[in-house]
Amino acid sequence: MRNWYMDYLAPTSVEEAVGALAAQPDARVFAGATDLIPQIRAGRPEPGLLIDLKRIDRCTTVTKTDTGWVVGAATPTSRLTEDPDFSSTLPGLSEAAGLIGSDQIQNRSSLGGNLCNASPAADSVPAMLVNEVRAVVAGGNGTRTLPVGDITTGPGKTSLADDEFIVEFEIDAPPPNTGDAYLRMIPRTEMDIAVVGAGAQITLDADGNCAAARIALGAVAPTALRVADAEAALVGNPINDDTLAAVAAAASAACNPIDDKRGTIAYRKQVAGVLAKRAVKLAADRAAGTNANGAH
Amino acid sequence: MTMTEDPTTPGYKWVGTRPIRPDGLDKVTGKARFGADLILPNMVEAAVLRSRHAHARILSIDTAAALEMPGVQAIITGDDFPPTDDMAPGDAHQAVKVMARDKVLFEGHPVAAVAATSRAEAQAAAKAIVVTYEQLPHVLTVDEAMADGAPILHDDLITANVDPAPETASNIASRAFFERGDLDEGFAAADAILERSYTTKPVHQGYIEPHAAVADSGQNGRANLWVSSQGHFDMRTMTAKVLGMSASKIKATPAEIGGGFGGKTTIYLEPLAVLLSRKANRPVRVVMDRDEVFMATGPTSGSSMKIKMGIKNDGTITACDLWMAFEAGAFPGSPVGAASMTALACYDVDNFRIEGFDVVVNKPKVAAYRAPGAPISAFAVESMIDELARAIDMDPIELRLANAAKEGVQAPYGPVFPRIGFIETLEAIRDSDHYRSPVPEGQGRGLASGFWFNIGGNSVATVNVHADGNVSVITGSPDIGGSRSSMALFAAEEFGIDVERVQPHIADTDTIGDTDVTGGSRVTLATGKVVVEACRKIVTDLCRRAAKTWDCEIEDVEWVQGHAQHVSGTESPLSLADLAANAGRTGGPISATHAENVRGAGAGFSTQLVDLAVDEETGQTSIVRYTTAQDAGKAIHPSYVEGQMQGGVVQGIGWALNEEYIHRADGTLDNPSFLDYRIPVASDLPMIDTIVVEVPNPNHPYGVRGVGEVGIVPPMAAIANAIDRATDCRMEHLPMSPVALLEAINERNAD
Repeated sequence: MRNWYMDYLAPTSVEEAVGALAAQPDARVFAGATDLIPQIRAGRPEPGLLIDLKRIDRCTTVTKTDTGWVVGAATPTSRLTEDPDFSSTLPGLSEAAGLIGSDQIQNRSSLGGNLCNASPAADSVPAMLVNEVRAVVAGGNGTRTLPVGDITTGPGKTSLADDEFIVEFEIDAPPPNTGDAYLRMIPRTEMDIAVVGAGAQITLDADGNCAAARIALGAVAPTALRVADAEAALVGNPINDDTLAAVAAAASAACNPIDDKRGTIAYRKQVAGVLAKRAVKLAADRAAGTNANGAH
Repeated sequence: MTMTEDPTTPGYKWVGTRPIRPDGLDKVTGKARFGADLILPNMVEAAVLRSRHAHARILSIDTAAALEMPGVQAIITGDDFPPTDDMAPGDAHQAVKVMARDKVLFEGHPVAAVAATSRAEAQAAAKAIVVTYEQLPHVLTVDEAMADGAPILHDDLITANVDPAPETASNIASRAFFERGDLDEGFAAADAILERSYTTKPVHQGYIEPHAAVADSGQNGRANLWVSSQGHFDMRTMTAKVLGMSASKIKATPAEIGGGFGGKTTIYLEPLAVLLSRKANRPVRVVMDRDEVFMATGPTSGSSMKIKMGIKNDGTITACDLWMAFEAGAFPGSPVGAASMTALACYDVDNFRIEGFDVVVNKPKVAAYRAPGAPISAFAVESMIDELARAIDMDPIELRLANAAKEGVQAPYGPVFPRIGFIETLEAIRDSDHYRSPVPEGQGRGLASGFWFNIGGNSVATVNVHADGNVSVITGSPDIGGSRSSMALFAAEEFGIDVERVQPHIADTDTIGDTDVTGGSRVTLATGKVVVEACRKIVTDLCRRAAKTWDCEIEDVEWVQGHAQHVSGTESPLSLADLAANAGRTGGPISATHAENVRGAGAGFSTQLVDLAVDEETGQTSIVRYTTAQDAGKAIHPSYVEGQMQGGVVQGIGWALNEEYIHRADGTLDNPSFLDYRIPVASDLPMIDTIVVEVPNPNHPYGVRGVGEVGIVPPMAAIANAIDRATDCRMEHLPMSPVALLEAINERNAD
């Protein structure tokens, strides 16, 4: 019979954490526990062992590389939002990370936790999808690297094996003439969960037309999703009312939302189009250097 | 320590200034003790087992396994309470509300409570109690509850105030009815007539501090109770009633209170704590989680309203026919009566009929919420008046001025108004920079007004002058809105001493006389008056003592700026400290008490103006500018008057835009958390600009009217009116959430 209390372990190496995770089937890793603790308090089953990743250096280190950044999966999001280099280069991703909870929460919350909690509404995920962020996963069988889009499989579900966890993220610096953006709809102005979220990364060519587009939506399907039709509507074309309308239509069509207390299916579909359009516009403005500091 | 940016009122040195509140430092440093902060030796913790069904018959409760759980000290169920047969109906409902007997009537209804050595053990044991239910069909709205063949909550509930009385039980507890004049004549005289229907959802007071109680029951039939409430006397009396005790057998001590807004004027946990403590023979603490607060404590009513109103082209309102049905929750007692009385109180209308129904549904029993009922009927009336203003193309302030209630007008609920300040609030808004500036491009501007009675009631104050010349002011009124400061300011003004020398104190039920709740905007008026009267008794006594010292007639002594002075100027003035130091030689300790059922409350009026922007693609409303003008009578501590005005507006903005109880079809609450029950956050709001109007209440020594409540009456209609002017969408259902507003915008675009 399991103990009536939860055990707590704070390993200092990835190997130690993998070993502990493999040894106990009801163990769970955590970073800030900003989702985990409220879930336990709300009656979800208590894990037998909580493994705190914050003492593993790799999990809380932010490293600038030749091609971008390596961000420890348990790094507090405030470290990213307060990093001027990171925030000016990837304003959309930084702003998305800055929308998670309150200032206090952001000193605890992490990209790894936001992703692995596997909420369809996680704010950082569409922003990571459009930046094609990769997750470095450690487990009993060693280390593998996979796209962030391959991690979540449904609400509360991930593709990670029982003995696996995300150690760090590899984030590429964007190519030239590229901007990103993330916008979300909440009924308030903060302290809320996205009813709809939309991320975009846009690269412009020398003529100001769209050379590359990545568009992702959150909170409108079981997982955050890339919207290929919306991207296709832009590539090779100027960013104008017609192409933005096509983006909105494609985004609305790609949604597979639910009716719930936070919004209706009809509302989510309509507003997904609106936010996709606005995120594309903002990302394109940033790519053109006209709105580098974001707009809210 | 004293900020003096306000010019002092002529004749006043302290009243009207803004000293830092006496309880402020303790509150911002975490030293203040709130309901859940008390720890007694040997204290145990409690958990409440609550119904997961909206309506079910309790077939059995088996506590045997739970009693064997680790740490368990006592378990109580409905069987531990005295029977309700001999209680007055209201008391019986209260008793069944705090602990279910044969039926559960709402999700969250207490079924049992456990005391154990830790909260975790108490919660584990509560889960181990086996309750068998027979589920019953439930009703969640007034429409469902009033329908033919609806499931009945109380099979002995006969509608009151209907002639002839119905012969069978229904979910309609009572009817309120007010009429005057001739409706047909009124409508015949109108140039424009509109008919509309409105609905509102239950909304919670949203206080930050959850309910908490600590009880220590002795074996001598007495009990000590520590409560976080708006009135520990009422908590004591209500607790005693449902437990079949004499009220004086319970001594209730007030804790600090982290918000109430009316919702902490009734009992939930207190009788459970007293009974558990008696059974466990240990002090017991019980604290609600937030989901318990939402599920089981009072929101205010959801409602359904129909209104028909007629107006002449000159702006005269000729007739109003208003029908309302309010959800009471599981037991009778919605504020539909107050909603009926206040609905037209701003206006002088010759012909009206107002009918209101109090309807029970399978939701938590509603509790008072800031001007209970008035904001709901005002949403209908003030929305309708704005539509009429547009229909006859009249400025909404001019329309209101044309019909405004004033001194000598008979209020719709009977009395003739004495001097009131409604017109002054309209004029204050009309003359404001806000109203005189053009509506910014792309925004809408809305206006609405509101009325609230304000009350007086029972208050007691004891004032003691210490040997060092400093003063204690002891009352029984819990301080929610800064009333300690106001009491200190009254005493400082009366004695002519620095406000820092006055220490206000809120005493337990054995130490000060019976005092009504901090509610009805009554404390500054009523408790303030008894403080003033007690101080005046002492000033008279001080003059007598000076006369004795100087061996002169008391008529030759006057009290001037903190000193007794001989009218001849021949004696050196005696300060309060001088007299206090010699009190032993002039008659003993200096102390006075004044107790009074204070009458003569002054009605409160508010007029509010809002500019807002609507994102037509998402339905999101942004409040851009907000100005509220309210008649305070006299602002004793202007910061706390402004705070009350702003707080009422902010709660109204939440009510207007996002707050609502969302129930699943099975009758359970889908949003019992502050994440999905959306009160406004700071970044949702502009600074709420305040205009304090001062039309003194002639019945109060300082002209106080009371300011706590009326500020929440106008916002919902003001915002609906602004949205209509911004978007041409008339929102008739609250909340006007982004989802609802985008739907309306889509419909408008489709037309």
